[in-house]
Amino acid sequence: MEIFKTNVIYDFMGKRLPFLGLSSILFIASIVLLLTKGLNFGIDFAGGTIVQVKYEQAAPIDKIRETLKTTKYGNSVITKFGSDEEVIIRITGSSSDLTNDIGDEMHKILVPTGNFEIRRIDMVGAKVGGELREKGLMALSLSLLVMLIYLSVRFEWRFALASVFALVHDITIAMGAISLFSVEVNLDILAAILTLLGYSLNDTIIVFDRIREGIQSSKGTDLKGIINESVSKTLSRTTLTSLTTLFVVATLYFFGGEIISGFSFTLLVGIIVGTYSSIFIAASFLVQLKFSVDDFKTKEAEKVKRQKEKEKLRAMYEQGTV
Amino acid sequence: MKIFNYRLVIFILSIIFGIVFSIPSLLQTDTGKKISLGLDLQGGLHMLLGVNTHEAVTSKIKTVATSIKYFSDDEELLIDGLSIENDSVVFTVLDADEMPKMDEMLKQIKGLDISKEDLKYTLKLTAEDIAKTKDLSVAQAVETIRNRLDQFGLSEPTVVRQGQTDIVVELPGIKTQEDEKAARELISKPANLELMAVDEERADQVYTMTSSQAAAYGDVILEDTNNDKVKYLVKEIPILNGSQVVDAQVGFDQSNQPIINFTLNSTGARIFGEFTGKNVGKRLAVVLDGKVYSAPNIRERIGGGSGQISGGFTMIEAGNVAIALRSGALPATVTLLEKRSVGPSLGADSIQASMIALISGFSLVFIFMVIYYRRAGVIANIALITNVFIIIAVMAMFGATLTLPGMAGIVLTVGMAVDANVIITERIRELIREGSSIPKAIEDGYSNAMRAILDANITTLLVAVLLYAYGTGPIKGFAITISIGILASMLTAILGTHGIYEALMSRISRDKDSKKWFGVK
Repeated sequence: MEIFKTNVIYDFMGKRLPFLGLSSILFIASIVLLLTKGLNFGIDFAGGTIVQVKYEQAAPIDKIRETLKTTKYGNSVITKFGSDEEVIIRITGSSSDLTNDIGDEMHKILVPTGNFEIRRIDMVGAKVGGELREKGLMALSLSLLVMLIYLSVRFEWRFALASVFALVHDITIAMGAISLFSVEVNLDILAAILTLLGYSLNDTIIVFDRIREGIQSSKGTDLKGIINESVSKTLSRTTLTSLTTLFVVATLYFFGGEIISGFSFTLLVGIIVGTYSSIFIAASFLVQLKFSVDDFKTKEAEKVKRQKEKEKLRAMYEQGTV
Repeated sequence: MKIFNYRLVIFILSIIFGIVFSIPSLLQTDTGKKISLGLDLQGGLHMLLGVNTHEAVTSKIKTVATSIKYFSDDEELLIDGLSIENDSVVFTVLDADEMPKMDEMLKQIKGLDISKEDLKYTLKLTAEDIAKTKDLSVAQAVETIRNRLDQFGLSEPTVVRQGQTDIVVELPGIKTQEDEKAARELISKPANLELMAVDEERADQVYTMTSSQAAAYGDVILEDTNNDKVKYLVKEIPILNGSQVVDAQVGFDQSNQPIINFTLNSTGARIFGEFTGKNVGKRLAVVLDGKVYSAPNIRERIGGGSGQISGGFTMIEAGNVAIALRSGALPATVTLLEKRSVGPSLGADSIQASMIALISGFSLVFIFMVIYYRRAGVIANIALITNVFIIIAVMAMFGATLTLPGMAGIVLTVGMAVDANVIITERIRELIREGSSIPKAIEDGYSNAMRAILDANITTLLVAVLLYAYGTGPIKGFAITISIGILASMLTAILGTHGIYEALMSRISRDKDSKKWFGVK
């Protein structure tokens, strides 16, 4: 079975401007969203407490709200979680007293609302929240740095720059989606974003590798033609691997349970955007950056020449003629 | 035609390894190393506690003051205005001739920073000693909490230090809210037992005195544990403290109320004997964590070094206090910085949900690969199954913990490990289309695809390593499964499938039907 005709070369570069336009719109919209609406930070980064309660019958949300109003937890937010029986109560504060914490108090307060079981209490104090924020930022920036180093070792600078653009494009749009759908940003979302970082980059690298191979083997200097051919040739690989990953991420999203739905949502969006960008966007950056096949070939030729000279010298040295 | 080649042999060995070492975890056998489930999957309590290390410094300063007081009383050396101000001990020696004697004594106490101004002494702990004291207090708190939890009878409690002042406590055995509260109370109990002399001269003034007036006499006012209206005036410096307790057991008094019988070590017993001998007829206050439990009259000298704490305990309280006394006092109080508690039913739900995701994700990939790539897909699937077995086996071998994000990592690995086979098979197809013979297409396909596969794996591994370094608990689990999965995929998806093709090479060459093998003509 084959999805794409293998002998057809699609004219991706000819239509790059509409796609660049679409990406710009998505990118700018994401930035605007992130600046205005912002991210909905969960307790891992903002501190606070969440209590997950499961009732024997449908959860009486209004009654819970009424009951909590009379206590100091009046401003807590109550939302349904997964099924009708379960709710999550979000409380902004946390308690540092070991012997009587928010969980104990909730247990007492909720008694009149029916038969329930407290299934989860997560409490993150302000200090730990700050530390986790710091660590998260550190992990994110270090990952970016490591990727940059990896790229600069792997590629010519315009290739590297183009893949960084693609990377920023993917992550920004994925974060825009997180903001748009008010996904709660906790540690698992950070893990998903870091995974995407690696995933999206690797998709781009495979396409770029092919382009470089194409440049070296082609006689012409038409960059757009070479790109079209390379992207078309890697098309089925790019779509297929994304498809298999998408399959499993989709099952995680639909069957994996409420707790990791944010994680799988982020991956779902990120993989789609990442695949789209490695096909339609990443190589366009290369064209926009005015990459010249001629220059590249001259440089490559020089490199080969230098390498040969070095080898010659070494051979002479080893034979003792120097 | 040889069927066995080195790649296939390695692959078969890794299949055997994967199956043998994952059996204990999959079938939950009694013997063998198993994967342990994270708290988010099996339910339990995770806490991050902060030790208020400054308290340890304060109490050390107090000890310095105590020893100066004992020394000057003993040697009849006159000092004035002994007090503690801002973590330093201040006092004045009345007679300048006695300063050498005082200096000599102070030399015995290590880690002191002494400054003198005429006859006035100011003693501080050196910065080095403060750091050491703080460090020691955290180590000691870890030890104490571990001892208490061990004696509490919970299965496999984990207590480890994290960073400068924090302690991570993990209790997988906690099943109910009541258990959880009891464990928290046990951990946080300072269990600071002090035997203090009641100041009988001023005992009748206790209700009219302020605490600063009491301090002027070297006394403190303490409340009764059962009734905070009842107050006692006791000497600030205790006769004995809990550090001299070697054993504590729950017992019962005549009216069958639970009490705690404690035994002192030999030094404690001697001091206790001397004190009770000298103070017959006076009262001795038994103080636990700043509350007076009882203040009986001393009827006679008490030798043997044992005593009891009574004062309306419930059976559970008495048990906890006894455990806390046996395991020693906390050198400083602890506060709750982070808590994650998961009920066992939620953990079971999470396991079920992620198993469903794993199985359905797996099946989708499986079916897709076979339809799209035919026999090449089957071979890739064999590698995929082996990969999952190896992940489980390696995790079991190292006793790693499987968390919910870790489960997600396994699911994700299934999607990504198959990536390598897609890249390879696509390359092989391309070469076949270009007219290569099948054996050559396979060999070249593998070597051409190598670079792309390495790129994919290196980028993901780099991120996983960073996630492991900067992530906490469950996220570390994600980093672990994904790293193992990627490394295993090198063995299964690249080496393993290559070995299978080599073994089948003669059949593939004879067959000529490339469609059957690679789904392409």
